Amino acid sequence: MMDNSNLTLALLNLFLPLLSFSILILFGKKIGDKAHLVSLVLIGGMLAIAIRFFSNVFHYGAEPILETSIQWFTTGKFSVDLGFLINNVAAIMLLVVALISFLVHLYSVEYMKDDPRYSRYFAFLGIFTFSMNGIVLADSLVMMYIFWELVGLSSYLLIGFWFEKESAANASKKAFLTNRVGDIGMFIGIMILFFEIGSFQISGLIEGVQNGAFSGDMTLLTIAGVLVFMGAVGKSAQFPLHIWLPDAMEGPTPVSALIHAATMVAAGVYMVVRIFPILTPDALEIIAYVGGITALIAAIIAITQNDIKRVLAYSTVSQLGYMIMALGVGAYQAGFFHLTTHAMFKACLFLCSGSVIHAMHHALHELKDHDTDPQDMRNMGGLRDKMPITFWAMFISTLAISGVPFFSGFLSKDAVLAGSLSYYHHHHGWSLFLPIAGFGAAVITAFYMFRLIFMTFFGNSQNKDIYSHVHESPFKMTFPLILLATLSFAIFFTLPSTINPFDSHGWFTHAVPMVENVAGLNMHEVEEGLHHAHHSAMMISLAVAGIGILMAILFYLSKSIDAKKVANTLNKVKLYNLSFNKFYIDEIYNILLYKPFLAFSWLCSKLDWDLYDQKFIDGWGWITIKLSDKSGEADYNWLDQKIVDGCGRLTQYFGRNLKLTQNGVVQNYLLGGIMGLLLLIIIFQQF
Amino acid sequence: MDSLQSYLTIAAMLFSMGIYGVVTRKNAIAILMGIELILNSANINFIAFNRFGGMQNLDGHVFSIFVIVLAAAEAAVALAIVINLFKNVGSVDVDDADLLKG
Repeated sequence: MMDNSNLTLALLNLFLPLLSFSILILFGKKIGDKAHLVSLVLIGGMLAIAIRFFSNVFHYGAEPILETSIQWFTTGKFSVDLGFLINNVAAIMLLVVALISFLVHLYSVEYMKDDPRYSRYFAFLGIFTFSMNGIVLADSLVMMYIFWELVGLSSYLLIGFWFEKESAANASKKAFLTNRVGDIGMFIGIMILFFEIGSFQISGLIEGVQNGAFSGDMTLLTIAGVLVFMGAVGKSAQFPLHIWLPDAMEGPTPVSALIHAATMVAAGVYMVVRIFPILTPDALEIIAYVGGITALIAAIIAITQNDIKRVLAYSTVSQLGYMIMALGVGAYQAGFFHLTTHAMFKACLFLCSGSVIHAMHHALHELKDHDTDPQDMRNMGGLRDKMPITFWAMFISTLAISGVPFFSGFLSKDAVLAGSLSYYHHHHGWSLFLPIAGFGAAVITAFYMFRLIFMTFFGNSQNKDIYSHVHESPFKMTFPLILLATLSFAIFFTLPSTINPFDSHGWFTHAVPMVENVAGLNMHEVEEGLHHAHHSAMMISLAVAGIGILMAILFYLSKSIDAKKVANTLNKVKLYNLSFNKFYIDEIYNILLYKPFLAFSWLCSKLDWDLYDQKFIDGWGWITIKLSDKSGEADYNWLDQKIVDGCGRLTQYFGRNLKLTQNGVVQNYLLGGIMGLLLLIIIFQQF
Repeated sequence: MDSLQSYLTIAAMLFSMGIYGVVTRKNAIAILMGIELILNSANINFIAFNRFGGMQNLDGHVFSIFVIVLAAAEAAVALAIVINLFKNVGSVDVDDADLLKG
């Protein structure tokens, strides 16, 4: 049966990476540096299955490809089910996860070569891929939550993969704890939905809301929606919980590409996509603002960062803000579209940066230079001729992320911006912030991405020694770059309907149809608004991308404007420092959250130690010692000296006296015996 | 005179004399002689009861013979003990052998 084979495939798709994890974690020591073969075969199989599911997308049906569930456990009246729901969105997401996971595995073969924990690295990639597939396949929020925590765990393990470095260990802890904050909200949100509707299934929730489970109290549904969205705020690094993602760059670069750019951080967006139909307009408004703020703030921070991976990290935060904003303004399709295109070009960018870092690292290693930071762009420059493949791949994906026509980012970003513009047209007032944030972030994105390209690949080399030792990375590393860069072209997302690069109506728009929002948002209105805003958004976004690129050229390529002078001018009102120090958000948290918390902990420990421990507990100890003294004295003087010794003395007294009868003369004993015998005879005679 | 009482009387007399000898004499050899008297008084009792007790068999006689054999063995062992006593203590006076004194 068709359904059955789909179920088997889905199960295989889920568990193949887990198998890779199990094999490598159990026999990793024996397999050693052949570890990648195991995972490449298994992940390759998974990729084949994902492609198989993806091929169904072209049937353009709204019906899910697979929807099945089994009962997990029952308590009272409630039963909790586990199951799969593969619709077109999930199938696309599955392919994104499988493809990038496979390419990252391939890339890591070279990148992680000679690492002492080589097999463990692939094992961790395996469990991450397993968990991520779980999120994508899950048909219920509770199952999604389980895998949600599992990706959190694998992210923790991989960020802290080089845990000997203190910064990496701290970053992994920070990521884990920051995610916890969001996940608590998500859990409460899931529970509210469950208690009101009585189901964890996404389809059940949608049906429940449609049947009016919240009809009297839409505020509660809004609260529930925002709480569930908190999970996405944590996982997708939205303001104000975005602080963990830049630090997460301490992990190996391929991990950053897989987890912290393409898949896991997109899980938050994916989750919002799944529950989109039950989000109320009020909840969506909050979501839109969170996304807008994130997109703008992260983009501004990215301008001044010098670490190549940190620029990309803030860029990821910013782009995730775009996706969230798109969902918030109701442009459901645009949000998911941007997720997909972004996964390709951002993974490419990260892998390219990995390639550059790899080359830099090797050059520094050959020079025996251990102080220079291989990730600092100020040490690079002019690498274009040395690493042509990396350069072109990175250049193409930079064009894509900047929103240049003919590239995928142009289409998806344009759709997001059209969404924000149309939202303003409908709501006016403060919602003007959303298009401003969107277009503002677009200018800045184009600017800082080209700044990155110019600083890394153009101009003169900052350090001749390093420059002469840099080499292009081997094929296993460049192949993923080439493939992902190719997929950054717009044409792959518009075929077969159109080859017009300005028209986004391709298979994607057919495969991901608009959904009904059952919580009160009129989707037809949104769609109409999008359609009207489309042209103006495209014009403006073309203009802003041009401005951004032009400015980057002036600042960093032709150097006709001195970047330092501008920075100093801006710094008169502390603007440069504000960006360079990431809006002091970590510092603000430090003052408002950590410091008070630590002070409170200090107070608690003070109370606990000085008062409770020293006074109360030790007081009891003192009383016990005194009581024991008295009791010991009484024991010795009375019981021991009088009663126990008394018995002894009594025995001694009798012994001393009876001893006299034992005079050693056997005849005396015999006489005693005879006397006794006679006595007995006389006594017995009486009876 | 041929009656049970007369035999028992003689046996009792022998027994008493034996006890008296065992308890009062200081000489180890004399004590042994007392023991012989006691044993022989018992023998007389066995024979007497066998004869006047109306028994058809010779159980009493057999018992007496056993006792006599036993007495011979006992005398042999006891004399050996006495010789050792003499060697160790230098006399056969039992009052000198008071190592059991408490």
